[in-house]
Amino acid sequence: MNILGKLDWSAIPFDQPIVMGATAGMVLGIVAVLSWIVLGGHLPYLWREWITSVDHKRIGVMYIILALVMLLRGFSDAIMMRSQQAIAAGGAQGYLPPDHFDQVFSAHGTIMIFFMAMPFVIGLMNFVVPLQLGVRDMAFPTMNSIALGLTASGILLTNISLAVGEFAKTGWVAYPPLSELQFSPGVGVDYYLWSLQIAGIGTLMTGINFVTTILKTRAPGMGYMRMPVFCWTALASNLLMVAAFPVLTATFAMLLLDRYLGFHFFSVDAGGNPMMYVNLFWVWGHPEVYILILPAFGVFSEVISTFSGKPLFGYRSMVAATMVICVLSFLVWLHHFFTMGASADVNGFFGVMTMIIAVPTGVKVFNWLFTMYGGRVRFTVPVLWSLGFMVTFVIGGMTGVLMAVPPADFQVHNSVFLIAHFHNVIIGGVVFGVLAGFNYWFPKAFGFKLDERWGKAAFWCWLVGFYVAFMPLYALGLMGMTRRMQHYDDKSWQPFLIVAAIGVAIIMAGIVCQIIQLIVSIRARDRLRVGDDPWNGRTLEWCTASPPPAWDFSILPHVAGADAFWMAKQQAQRVPQHPNQSGEYRPIEMPKNSPIGFINAFFAVVTGFALIWHIWWMAGLGLIGAFVTFLFFAFRDEDEVEVSVEQIARFERRHRAESVAS
Amino acid sequence: MSVAVTFDEVGHQTLPSASEAGPAPKRIVVAYGFWIFLLSDIVMFSALFAAYAVLVHATAGSLAGAQLFNQRSAAIETACLLASSYSCGLMSLSISSRRAAATYLFALVTFALGAAFLALELHEFANMIAIGATPQRSAFLSAFFTLVGCHGLHVTAGLMWLVVMMAQVAIKGFRPAVVRRLLCFALFWHALDIIWVGLFTVVYLMGVAP
Repeated sequence: MNILGKLDWSAIPFDQPIVMGATAGMVLGIVAVLSWIVLGGHLPYLWREWITSVDHKRIGVMYIILALVMLLRGFSDAIMMRSQQAIAAGGAQGYLPPDHFDQVFSAHGTIMIFFMAMPFVIGLMNFVVPLQLGVRDMAFPTMNSIALGLTASGILLTNISLAVGEFAKTGWVAYPPLSELQFSPGVGVDYYLWSLQIAGIGTLMTGINFVTTILKTRAPGMGYMRMPVFCWTALASNLLMVAAFPVLTATFAMLLLDRYLGFHFFSVDAGGNPMMYVNLFWVWGHPEVYILILPAFGVFSEVISTFSGKPLFGYRSMVAATMVICVLSFLVWLHHFFTMGASADVNGFFGVMTMIIAVPTGVKVFNWLFTMYGGRVRFTVPVLWSLGFMVTFVIGGMTGVLMAVPPADFQVHNSVFLIAHFHNVIIGGVVFGVLAGFNYWFPKAFGFKLDERWGKAAFWCWLVGFYVAFMPLYALGLMGMTRRMQHYDDKSWQPFLIVAAIGVAIIMAGIVCQIIQLIVSIRARDRLRVGDDPWNGRTLEWCTASPPPAWDFSILPHVAGADAFWMAKQQAQRVPQHPNQSGEYRPIEMPKNSPIGFINAFFAVVTGFALIWHIWWMAGLGLIGAFVTFLFFAFRDEDEVEVSVEQIARFERRHRAESVAS
Repeated sequence: MSVAVTFDEVGHQTLPSASEAGPAPKRIVVAYGFWIFLLSDIVMFSALFAAYAVLVHATAGSLAGAQLFNQRSAAIETACLLASSYSCGLMSLSISSRRAAATYLFALVTFALGAAFLALELHEFANMIAIGATPQRSAFLSAFFTLVGCHGLHVTAGLMWLVVMMAQVAIKGFRPAVVRRLLCFALFWHALDIIWVGLFTVVYLMGVAP
């Protein structure tokens, strides 16, 4: 028996120039960044201030960096798919063989949902929620760092699959029986399953952490009906994580048992039931889309209200709509497979529930419109993203309601009409939302604004590019084109696909603008520097310094109503943030930095990699390593440090001097 | 009447409502977070229960539950687990009054009963595998071994946790962090009971019903 399990040199695809080129690029990139860090002497700083940090703001920023890098990776897959389909018409085969094309579309879906959208949304929540609640950290700061580490481990394993072995060829949903060992004997599905199991545990930890933070640690006076809407949407999203992700974990565990130990949950023989996987997958999968979109709704609510200079219209209805969506999201999963063969009654029930969920969503759209009505709207970059969202998302929502009608769905099931629909809501909803939030909260995180001109250019490229790329797919879907085609015979489809490829090129221009925006803004940061409250904000995050100190608030704010900071400003009195005598400060207990997240992530990668390649001794070592790490930290004595009054006073003096100077 | 009016005035004028009281103390936060974890764990079990319910008749020509399950053994297992929860409750009381010797004693009883439960379960598994009723044999058996085995894994993890906690009590004493962890352990141990009650009903009782 091989000591390295199934692993040998044949795992590295030397014969595939495209893969090897991408691998070389990835390795060179990693080596370049690492050597810049090490040779530049940045490693101690990075270790001390970032990798071992348990500060929710730092962790939030790191999540967003992961998401931005994965956006590039997932988008390069999109370019490959669109360019392949633009040329592989008639007899042509294009440049991607089926084997590779299948991995590309599977990786695109997996990366974009789990490793781009999820970390982006979680990153924004991490940064913003404790600040908006007026508290100093998450309920479980160290667990937060562990969760980040597990997410990063999943990302690393997925990207290792590019160079070592292969990724799943089953699509991002990995339906059995195709994903069973019998039909997918390679390591691709194992990469998919273990990456997502590891990242999924991290996500569950995040969910528990946020639910506890929001329900149990809020500033004095912040009752539920005074919480900013973003916190409400974050609460709903994290409740869904807690309630939905365990189902995914159980489902993947069953598929893993099928693949590794010959169980028969989803196999086609011995009584297995492949459709059970599809049901269980979407019991998680439909709440998942609300996990992503609800925080985006929260961002739009904050942005629209702030830049209209008005309180949010219908705050209570917004909260109610959010929680109704949270519950209903568990009652619609079957609309992903009306063609399963369930009875008309079952399909009818899920169709009706799906249409009902459009009602609270519509309530939200009207609330945003009425918030802007009569306001003095400032058309900043976050507002542009929000307006683009409102138009685009409504179109996507309507095509969704169309597909909620089972007979109509039978016509377009698994066609590119569906692809157009869910990109319509995910790009138009989630991506626009996180990019709005990115522009909105960036000054709070770093103390300077992002460049407006490049931000606007990025927005227009994304918006136009989206329509050019996906409107042709609606038409193609109605013409009968199914998803995931490596080549096709019908030449009349080709013009549409060429237009779609042009659309992707326009989106790419948007991404380039975004990168330029970041570079330009960092270089011009002295010119773009802003104070605590650059947007004339309404919620508590704008009342502390930009960037906030490690302890967020030198004195915990007392909340007297919704839009707490706005109220304080209106009464021309500041939230008790700058007391005259330093005697009013109290020492603050802050959690100590901890390398456990990083060490645990290391063992997670080792264990995951070993399990994928059947290297059992290494998997055992990895698990023992993780357990010993856990024991070591469980017996640690001190896990908090005290920030002294003097330290706080010094920070506040310097901050006030800087505010006056600017 | 007048009492109610007075109370009302006090309640609304001077005292903040519970949701406005500011951050909760750490003990509350930790236990609350652990409750949320337990809920998520129960959701995971519910997926396994659902899978079992779907596959319970998919015996693929092999033995069904009625022929396989030994109700006497399952009853003893149940008794062990419920009794271990009782002793776990006594352990919690000892911890509240900071009595180390009693804590060790009840922890030992809890551990022994939990280990007995586990031994009986493994014995049942071994018997089934010996007569060819392996998880690879049919979808029903896959679901059975996974559902019951997952609960068994939780019990195993609980036993390991208990050992670690006793080491912590011995080395660190009843400091707040240790007491909080013991509180979480007790919640975990009782939650395993709740899951077992569901499991006993769905698998062992309904499984042999005609």
